[in-house]
Amino acid sequence: MSWLDVFRGKTKPPPTSAGAAKERLQIVLAHERISRAGDDFLPRLQRELIQVVARYVAIDPKAVNVSLDRGGDMSTLAIEVELPPPSKDDTGTTNPADLKPEARAS
Amino acid sequence: MAQVIVVTSGKGGVGKTTSSAAFATGLAQAGKKTVVIDFDVGLRNLDLIMGVERRVVFDIVNVITGEAKLNQALIRDKRVDTLSILPASQTRDKDALTKEGVANIIEELSKDFDYILCDSPAGIEKGALLALYFADQAIVVTNPEVSSVRDSDRILGVLQSKSKRAEEKRDPVKEHLIVTRYAPNRVEKGEMLKLEDIREILAIPLLGVIPESESVLKASNTGNPVILDDGSTAGQAYKDAVARFLGEDRPHRFIDPEKRGFLSRLFGGRAA
Repeated sequence: MSWLDVFRGKTKPPPTSAGAAKERLQIVLAHERISRAGDDFLPRLQRELIQVVARYVAIDPKAVNVSLDRGGDMSTLAIEVELPPPSKDDTGTTNPADLKPEARAS
Repeated sequence: MAQVIVVTSGKGGVGKTTSSAAFATGLAQAGKKTVVIDFDVGLRNLDLIMGVERRVVFDIVNVITGEAKLNQALIRDKRVDTLSILPASQTRDKDALTKEGVANIIEELSKDFDYILCDSPAGIEKGALLALYFADQAIVVTNPEVSSVRDSDRILGVLQSKSKRAEEKRDPVKEHLIVTRYAPNRVEKGEMLKLEDIREILAIPLLGVIPESESVLKASNTGNPVILDDGSTAGQAYKDAVARFLGEDRPHRFIDPEKRGFLSRLFGGRAA
């Protein structure tokens, strides 16, 4: 920052790359330290969720997408299940509309 | 009973071998009987950094397989007489190392030496796991870089779960941090992680900060551990680290940008 900046009103230094490095490290390590104890649960979670949904609706197991966004204060787990178009001979034990295509948990 | 110290990092190229060579030489200079073992089977390099590459006859794998006696494989350093080097094999792969074989070597060395330094290979595969398994203390070498800090954190987790001390539920491995290639000028500009940030994230005691220095390359070019170069800031920083390791209280140097005078700024030139 040049001394002229004082007159230009620029007193706040711009965010530095080192600051970004620290923040990113803190977030990723916080998660890695937790998961170090247990194994990676995501594949198991995905498998079990498919089983549960498949009990009520005919779904294509390949049309399920599980994604995780790890943040500092909040993490988002998004599960996306593509439901097949309703068929005429549906016995109607469950109304497919009751199953929200996207469930969010943190 | 000897102390076993592993020099490790997870990530490659951060200065494990440079630090191992410097630290072993420093301990030996302080009068401690020291041996440094290269665990990087297949990619040995400690012999080159120590300048003994032309004197290697037998290596650690020969000792494990019984092809050579430990005494035949140990290379006595010609500069510091309390220092020995046990080279890694260049032709075999990591599977040639066995836990029993390494245990026997460490037990035998414990009778004659005060410190056994284990220079770990990068990664968390067999060679690295064996290098840290018998450790009483660990020197974790880290660069001020996100990948290096993350890998160091990972290796700390491995030390706390997979070392012999952890398996036997004894006192944990004593951890020390060495930050290498530190450039205070870049830290000041906000281009490099601050020492304080690395300390805060890894949360282990700081043993030393080695400044980025041209003399490290010069030292490896000639096969002289950088600690023998009294004029170099890196060498002095390693000397301080060894002294701290042996219980001396020394302030950290080379962590602030050097104040350059008007003429030096005008005509350029860089620190040694």
